[in-house]
Amino acid sequence: MRFSGLRVLKEGLTGNKGWGPHWRDPEPKPDYDIVIIGGGGHGLATAYYLAKEHGLTNIAVLEKGYIGGGNVGRNTTIVRANYTMPGNSEFYSHSLKLWEGLEEDLNYNVMHSQRGVINLFHSDGQRDYAARRANAIVNQGDDAQLLDRARVKKMLPYLDYDNARFPIYGGLYHPRGGTARHDAVAWGFARGADRRGVDLLQNCEVTGIDIEDGKVTGVQTSRGPIRARKVGIVVAGRSGQVAAMAGMRLPIESNILQAFVTEGLKPCIDHVVTFGMGHFYISQSDKGGLVFGGDLDFYASYAARGNLPMAEHVMEAGIALMPMIGKARVLRSWGGIMDMTPDGSPIIDRTGIEGLYLNGGWCYGGFKAVPGSGHAFAHLMATERYHENATKFRLDRFRDGYGLMDEEGTGSQHNLH
Amino acid sequence: MRVLGKGLIDRATPVGFTFDGVRYEGFEGDTLASALLANDVRLMGRSFKYHRPRGVLTAGSEEPNALVTVGTGPAQDPNMRATVQEIYEGLEARSQNRWPSLAFDVMSVNDLAAPFLGAGFYYKTFMWPRAFWEKLYEPVIRRAAGLGALSGDPVEDRYERAWAFCDLLVIGAGPAGLMAAQTAARAGLDVILADEDARMGGRLLAERHEVGGTSGPEWVASMLEDLGGMPNVRLMTRTTVTGAYDQGTYGALERVGHHLPRAGHRPLETFWRIVAKRAILAAGALERPVAFANNDRPGIMTAGAVRAYLNRWGVSPGRAVSVFGNTDDIYRTARDLKSAGVHVAAVVDARADADAPIDVPVYKGAVVCDSAGGKHLESITIRTAGREEKISTDCLAMTGGWNPTVHLTCHMNGRPAWRDDILAFVPRPDAIPGMEVAGACNGAMSTAACLREGAEAAGGIVADLGKSVSELDLPEAEDDPYRPAPLWHVPGKGRAWLDFQNDVTVKDVRQAAVENFRSVEHMKRYTTQGMATDQGKNSNVAALAVLADATGRAIPETGTTTFRPPYAPVAMAAMGSGAQGKGFAPERFTTSHKATVERKAPMIEAGLWYRPSYFPHPGEDTWRQSCDREVGYVRNAVGICDVSTLGKVDIQGPDAAKLLDFVYINMFSTLKVGRVRYGLMLREDGHVMDDGTTARLAEHHYVMTTTTAAAGQVMAHLDFVHQCLHPEWDVSFTSVTEQWAQFAVAGPKSRALLNNLLDLPLDDATWPFMACGEISVAGIKGRLFRISFSGEHAYEIAVPARYGDSLFRLLVARAEGMEGGAYGMEALNVLRIEKGFITHSEIHGRVTAFDIGMERMVSAKKDCIGKVMAARPGLMDPERERLVGLKPAGATKQLTTGAHLFAQGADPVRLNDQGYITSVGFSPSLGSMLALGFLKNGPDRYGETVKMVDHVRGIEALCEVVNPVFFDPEGGRVRG
Amino acid sequence: MRITCPICGERDSREFSYRGADVALRRPSPDASEAAWDDYVHLRDNPAGVTRDLWHHAAGCSAWVVVTRNTVTHEVLETQLAADEVRA
Repeated sequence: MRFSGLRVLKEGLTGNKGWGPHWRDPEPKPDYDIVIIGGGGHGLATAYYLAKEHGLTNIAVLEKGYIGGGNVGRNTTIVRANYTMPGNSEFYSHSLKLWEGLEEDLNYNVMHSQRGVINLFHSDGQRDYAARRANAIVNQGDDAQLLDRARVKKMLPYLDYDNARFPIYGGLYHPRGGTARHDAVAWGFARGADRRGVDLLQNCEVTGIDIEDGKVTGVQTSRGPIRARKVGIVVAGRSGQVAAMAGMRLPIESNILQAFVTEGLKPCIDHVVTFGMGHFYISQSDKGGLVFGGDLDFYASYAARGNLPMAEHVMEAGIALMPMIGKARVLRSWGGIMDMTPDGSPIIDRTGIEGLYLNGGWCYGGFKAVPGSGHAFAHLMATERYHENATKFRLDRFRDGYGLMDEEGTGSQHNLH
Repeated sequence: MRVLGKGLIDRATPVGFTFDGVRYEGFEGDTLASALLANDVRLMGRSFKYHRPRGVLTAGSEEPNALVTVGTGPAQDPNMRATVQEIYEGLEARSQNRWPSLAFDVMSVNDLAAPFLGAGFYYKTFMWPRAFWEKLYEPVIRRAAGLGALSGDPVEDRYERAWAFCDLLVIGAGPAGLMAAQTAARAGLDVILADEDARMGGRLLAERHEVGGTSGPEWVASMLEDLGGMPNVRLMTRTTVTGAYDQGTYGALERVGHHLPRAGHRPLETFWRIVAKRAILAAGALERPVAFANNDRPGIMTAGAVRAYLNRWGVSPGRAVSVFGNTDDIYRTARDLKSAGVHVAAVVDARADADAPIDVPVYKGAVVCDSAGGKHLESITIRTAGREEKISTDCLAMTGGWNPTVHLTCHMNGRPAWRDDILAFVPRPDAIPGMEVAGACNGAMSTAACLREGAEAAGGIVADLGKSVSELDLPEAEDDPYRPAPLWHVPGKGRAWLDFQNDVTVKDVRQAAVENFRSVEHMKRYTTQGMATDQGKNSNVAALAVLADATGRAIPETGTTTFRPPYAPVAMAAMGSGAQGKGFAPERFTTSHKATVERKAPMIEAGLWYRPSYFPHPGEDTWRQSCDREVGYVRNAVGICDVSTLGKVDIQGPDAAKLLDFVYINMFSTLKVGRVRYGLMLREDGHVMDDGTTARLAEHHYVMTTTTAAAGQVMAHLDFVHQCLHPEWDVSFTSVTEQWAQFAVAGPKSRALLNNLLDLPLDDATWPFMACGEISVAGIKGRLFRISFSGEHAYEIAVPARYGDSLFRLLVARAEGMEGGAYGMEALNVLRIEKGFITHSEIHGRVTAFDIGMERMVSAKKDCIGKVMAARPGLMDPERERLVGLKPAGATKQLTTGAHLFAQGADPVRLNDQGYITSVGFSPSLGSMLALGFLKNGPDRYGETVKMVDHVRGIEALCEVVNPVFFDPEGGRVRG
Repeated sequence: MRITCPICGERDSREFSYRGADVALRRPSPDASEAAWDDYVHLRDNPAGVTRDLWHHAAGCSAWVVVTRNTVTHEVLETQLAADEVRA
């Protein structure tokens, strides 16, 4: 069934009786060409693009819970392509272009809102880096502007310009950046994949990866064994655990990132604003809640919940930057499990095991990557070649030191990001 | 309407307040909701999506409907629960999410369009044309959505944070909590008893139960008197425990000032971090509404709320009240109303078999299936065995049973367990380590059971903590059985509300199931059920029951969504209090700060420090003029600069040299006493961490300097290396950054200046370049280092910090007498660029020693941190972007930081990107702009012309690639 | 989260900064294999369950502390000074 305004109108007039399931709940088949482990954004997108771009439809996506229940359903929904480092630049640029056609492509309104991202800077040194980054964005063919203080004040009149501890020097403006409705992205890809014949198997936990003679042959699951020619691990947050089933150790530590939403408020913040000095970023959802977050809790954890020190720090940063939001009340806080790599950039690669592929290490930036990641990973799994815009996300880059993508400049060893 | 002779309000103290500009009167002890109901104001809000008229549903913080805005301007608080907000003289409250008025709201047309706005409708539409989303659809949706509004003004109210520690935290001061607190306190534990309400007592204030032979409120008062007299007890009213965190840490929000006019320094709210060895959750239970057609009309509320308004606040929410539900609470409600003289129009008992010992019309085995009225309830329709009857009533008290307040027990991912006998979820044991659960939140629904569980839970904890419990003395109280019959949703036509605020109906949940959003999390996210400000406290379980029914599963099998902190919303200003303005981070000031500010130098942030940008002179219009002059001081005479912000680490011990050899790439064990050496430090990943000079003051005594930015990181690193890798080394070190004031004295006249100042003069033989040692200035012992960050003959002089101010003033005065003076960061930057010296602009975290041309400094004779990883092929690739100098080589003379570098003639796109510029300055000495930057294969390209492109500033310039040492490449001046 | 510093006693985790797995204590010799160094700097077991990691009591006594704790429940099982463990 095709979704459209007309259809909503027609259904509304006839009692909304014509709507059907957005996807099926099929029984697992014993054998698939490709099994994707992980029914999050990246896994669903991978399956979708395998079907759409490569005509492969004998595919199963295995999800241990419900689809979209991982980080795609618990992030702060920011979509942008404002990276500096080669490797990241072209990849996120590619991903943003896919975002821009996504609703039409999926026939699903993911509420992609290009409201603009503004990264504030607070010193000459930060301006210098912002300029380097802005120029890298333009070199890539994307959009960036360097705003001076006056222009920031015009766009964001509610910041503290009078008494801030770290005065606002200006901002890096990325007009095509914005937000999207996170759940809808998972659902849209799920529906799109399902309509192309992909089996989405929920409540199907992978308990083992079958390997014979260095070659993957299938997986063991809570719903029985499933054979497959190729298996893709797309479980960021849990990559280390699933890879361990194949005997691999990864350059990944799992950390907690908290996020917060306030009670609904009338529109007051029209952009995505980031405050690097406070590790704070914020936007307002279409429902009116202020959605914001900060830095990692900074300890290895799989608990999907955080603690007060970082929560308090995030609030501090928020009211320091925007003293008008103090009376917004936090309604809910939650945590996501971040696959942290040494250099803070992801992995899309083959593994040492034939037929086994890895997509992970998204750190705290996976949401915006969803279409690009699925697209590139599908390309790699289908063609055995890196997608031209995802050539640098190699698993062994840490070992040889080529092409490290330390976007923050904090290091390429663990716990520095 | 107010009921005579009822309630715990103070009728001797009338309180005036306004709602939507109309003045009303209530009494001391009223909430805004009770006072409005007393004034027969029923309509208090509008729903989120359909803008349906709404009245108050509950009498607690879980209220989804009666949300109001209190105050204006900087004091404006949106989304305040009328059920929590106490009235005070002068309180100004306004309704919200309506236009132009609460009674006439234009957006209520949405309600007519409801068939098109059902669950998830927006995912299916608004996709065409694409550009319309940001420009049309989204702005319209955003304006219609939201509840209250922020004023847009900076918050001026005071908020605080505080810590508290205790043996036992008791959460909730109803019968269970009071018994628990008393039991523990009498045994000698330090107890904090926290309750969300303004008044402790819980349901005992809202019911007519007797406890121990006295009225509930009297028993509560005697308990509070007892507890209040004990020094080991802290009673915290208006305090909501908002979150359970690890190792017995709880977040709690105290509403200190919301019930009073603003005055003095009293905070509005205090956010507490309570660290408790143990905790007892005695948070009670929340009543469930029943879903039936048009169950959202003002005048329809929970039965428990009706009894609370009646018994606690002396208010009847109606003049002809009906009661509907599935437990004996309906008879309790009817009896309370009758005894207060309120007309009870009907009692509708969903159970067919219950006793009906009451003298009012009772409909057994019946349900309320519809309601009518405009902006308040006028009638309900009762269905009994297929027969429908409409009766007039202006208030319906409904109950679908009670949900234990399990929320805090879910904050660590605990899932509650379903109990079929009470049709509710209860906490699983040990869901929160150290927390016991007692009373109604544990499923114990009678007063007697609550008292018993509270005492028992506390008794167990007392024993665990090694104290003994005195004889348990439980007062007598009602112990009525609690037998709810399933009553979630009354079948029938019309929309039956589950989530009142978010306008989620039974149909929406069913529709979600049809569309295969069958997982409870999918249903929630697709319909927004449970995502409103009450986070589903009123509606989740009923919605779950509807979903279970729609999908043919049992409720426990259907599962629950997760309750997460905070239990009740917390203002950002409370949790982040103190951080507004300068409070966000500490401010560090050098000893020369005052003298510098007196000279009108603009101060800039350097890490947490403040440093002068430049020292303006009369007649100078731009910073460049000042900067050029200050550069001239150093190149031609003598300049003074405070360099105290650099990290200083005092390192002592027989193994001090080993430590330094291990953290620096170059050798320090070979450094002679009385000499200084530049050192470069790597991270273990092979990239540069920091640089600086280290002086050897004695055989086993070094002083290391770090950059201002990396001082903390380097200290932690030294601690790591010593404690985690080489604890056997006999070395100690400590940061002395704040203990020493240190000033650069730089320029050809620097020695002359110092020789007029020091107690003993300097000469080249004893004080060559890179010498260091003790000196004495005006009788004060200090240290002198002959080091230079400008390439000139220069020194850094250090004295104990208490002499910093006077020494700085003295140095500057002397310099000014020698055609020199103070210089700031701008001049310092130009001076170091002229010499090709690096700062964190260059060592920005991604560069290696190889990239900055220092790979030959890596000593082959020893291991050091980062040495192995720095040798990875990718880090030694000649194609890497490496440090170069750049000079303008075309018509455009301007160079800019952040510009990228390209081959001449190449398109400025990513694939042609060859590098970037990190530092730029105008050199008055050389009369040109100079830049440092990183260029692929840079050192092999000296003499080549490349193109600099700064897209965002619109500048393109040709540059010559040169050695980064622009000025005095032979280095004669520094030794001169 | 609260962590017991062996020197200072039980403190809020905000006094500590975090370094990660205690593998950092076992630095390979400079001539160890490339694989050994890759293991040391990059690869991690990253267990969902009991782990041992390093915390620096930065806002306290500056001790590096080895914390044995559970990454799923956040239970802290044991703490000891890193220096003591390395010496042992």
